[in-house]
Amino acid sequence: MAHHLLFYTLSFLTIACAVLVVVSKNTVNAAMFLLLGLVGVAGLFVMLDAALLAFVLLLVYAGAVVALFLFIIMLLDTTPGSMKPFKTSTIVASAIGAALLMLGFVSLRERAVLPAAAPGGLVNVTLKAYAEQLFTTYLLPVQIVGFMLLIAMLGVIVLSKKLHTPEDAS
Amino acid sequence: MNTIVHLWNSLPLVPQMIIKGLAVIGVMFPIGGACSLIERKVSAKMQGRPGPNRAMPFWFAWVPVLGPFLQRLGLFHLMADGAKMFFKEDSLPGHVNKFYFLLAPVVAMIPALTTVTVVPFGAYLGDGGQLVPLVLANLDVGILAVFAVSSLGVYSLILAGWASNSKYPFLGGVRASAQLISYELSMTLSVLPVFLWINAPGGTGSLSFFHVVQAQSGTGLSWDGAWFIFYMPVSAVVFLVSLFAETNRLPFDMAEGEADLVGGFHTEYGSMKWGLFFVAEYSHMMVGSGMFILLFLGGWNPLPWLPLASLVGWLHHVTGWAFTVAPVFVGVLSIAIFLGKVLGFIFGFMVVRWTVPRFRYDQVMKLGWQKLLPLAIGNLIFYALMIAAIQLNLGWPTYLALTAGAIAALAIGLIVPRRQRAL
Repeated sequence: MAHHLLFYTLSFLTIACAVLVVVSKNTVNAAMFLLLGLVGVAGLFVMLDAALLAFVLLLVYAGAVVALFLFIIMLLDTTPGSMKPFKTSTIVASAIGAALLMLGFVSLRERAVLPAAAPGGLVNVTLKAYAEQLFTTYLLPVQIVGFMLLIAMLGVIVLSKKLHTPEDAS
Repeated sequence: MNTIVHLWNSLPLVPQMIIKGLAVIGVMFPIGGACSLIERKVSAKMQGRPGPNRAMPFWFAWVPVLGPFLQRLGLFHLMADGAKMFFKEDSLPGHVNKFYFLLAPVVAMIPALTTVTVVPFGAYLGDGGQLVPLVLANLDVGILAVFAVSSLGVYSLILAGWASNSKYPFLGGVRASAQLISYELSMTLSVLPVFLWINAPGGTGSLSFFHVVQAQSGTGLSWDGAWFIFYMPVSAVVFLVSLFAETNRLPFDMAEGEADLVGGFHTEYGSMKWGLFFVAEYSHMMVGSGMFILLFLGGWNPLPWLPLASLVGWLHHVTGWAFTVAPVFVGVLSIAIFLGKVLGFIFGFMVVRWTVPRFRYDQVMKLGWQKLLPLAIGNLIFYALMIAAIQLNLGWPTYLALTAGAIAALAIGLIVPRRQRAL
């Protein structure tokens, strides 16, 4: 019973925060709701006996990524109403995004074969089991993701580095 | 005694956990308060002045010996300070964002008190003679939980700085959060060698602190008995420096550098709201020093190569008293050893605070990103190679060659930046 209550509370928290991230006028509020939503997801992970995932989620996303979001929002000083809420490109992008998401849901509903219950033997997954999976079965995806992050990092360095012009040399 | 144990075991889980949690908080808060007093006394001693020695309820002067002693110790200043924080007018500046302004001190307390749950602070001998940790939640992912939750502490600084809606707090908040995020990387990387070392292939992997302390509990002159600070000194140094930065202590207190930022992120705060930031800082210090002690200084083991179990066995052997092996005695002894080390460490924090001048902000960033981070990564690679070599049993020439290579790399790393500066 307590399990169900916890699940519904966390799910409600996560979904409500996710909606509020999108509809908040104040960007700082939106970032804080994103943070709360991530905490909710971490709670759901813990309920699935995936404490490691939960803590990594908190460490990386809640601890660093959202903090950087907040940072940038505060430095840019985006007062509410100073920017047009919807540009044509945003509308098109969100429409495409929503359509893709819908497609995913439909295909999941129509085609996917979901097991009736979570497979046994997965509970109490140790760190070692994660590590073994990551370094054997999922080695290629991990490497590809790492490579993508490297490219993103290089891109940021190139974008943020001031190119030296002759008058700067002094 | 047995009735108490029986009563305790008959309690449901939730009240048990609540009582345990309250007990830990009940120990932490007074220590935090005592630390603030010790800090004032230590700073006074180091600057050649008496420090707080005046406040006293008037009737206390009539108590012989104890009265003047407590007065000179400054104990009543501590109480007066606490009472002041609670009863002072709780002003709310008109220009702040009220919700986040009030939220920030609360957010500061959450990670400070949550991280305590996974830090073991002692151990006792179970029925089978093996050590059982005294900890609120013995998680398999122990250290990861501490890092994850303490990384949320940055929000209190950002929110406090931003919600205050004035320039100095904002600058303080931005500096503090940039600093926290920068040093978190080195801190996480610096502890990885420890966990590489204790998680030998074949055994079950674990990131729990208890496991780390067990790995430092060997007897005799073996590898197991040496504390990690002896054979991972670079990790310890990187972790220590990052710890100072993460707890916002001098020489890293960019967040509240009063010379350039008034009071930093808490300039606009007063009374107990300010007090909460203060308590959070001391809790962070306590948890941080606890982590350092568990990781590098043998946890509750009294001396290197002299683990707790041996000490208790020796006591039992010498005195012959039965109570020396009772769980309560061993538990209290281990907590006393651990707390003693923590307090010694906090004393070290204070001595550093009043000895070393504050860094400039660009120096903080340079130290974090250009010195500590490469050092931590190099250290990790070195230990990964070394542990692999030891496991393959490659012999001493290989180990020496690896060490020489590491020292050479370090030397090159020190020389090359200097060359670049000259250009």
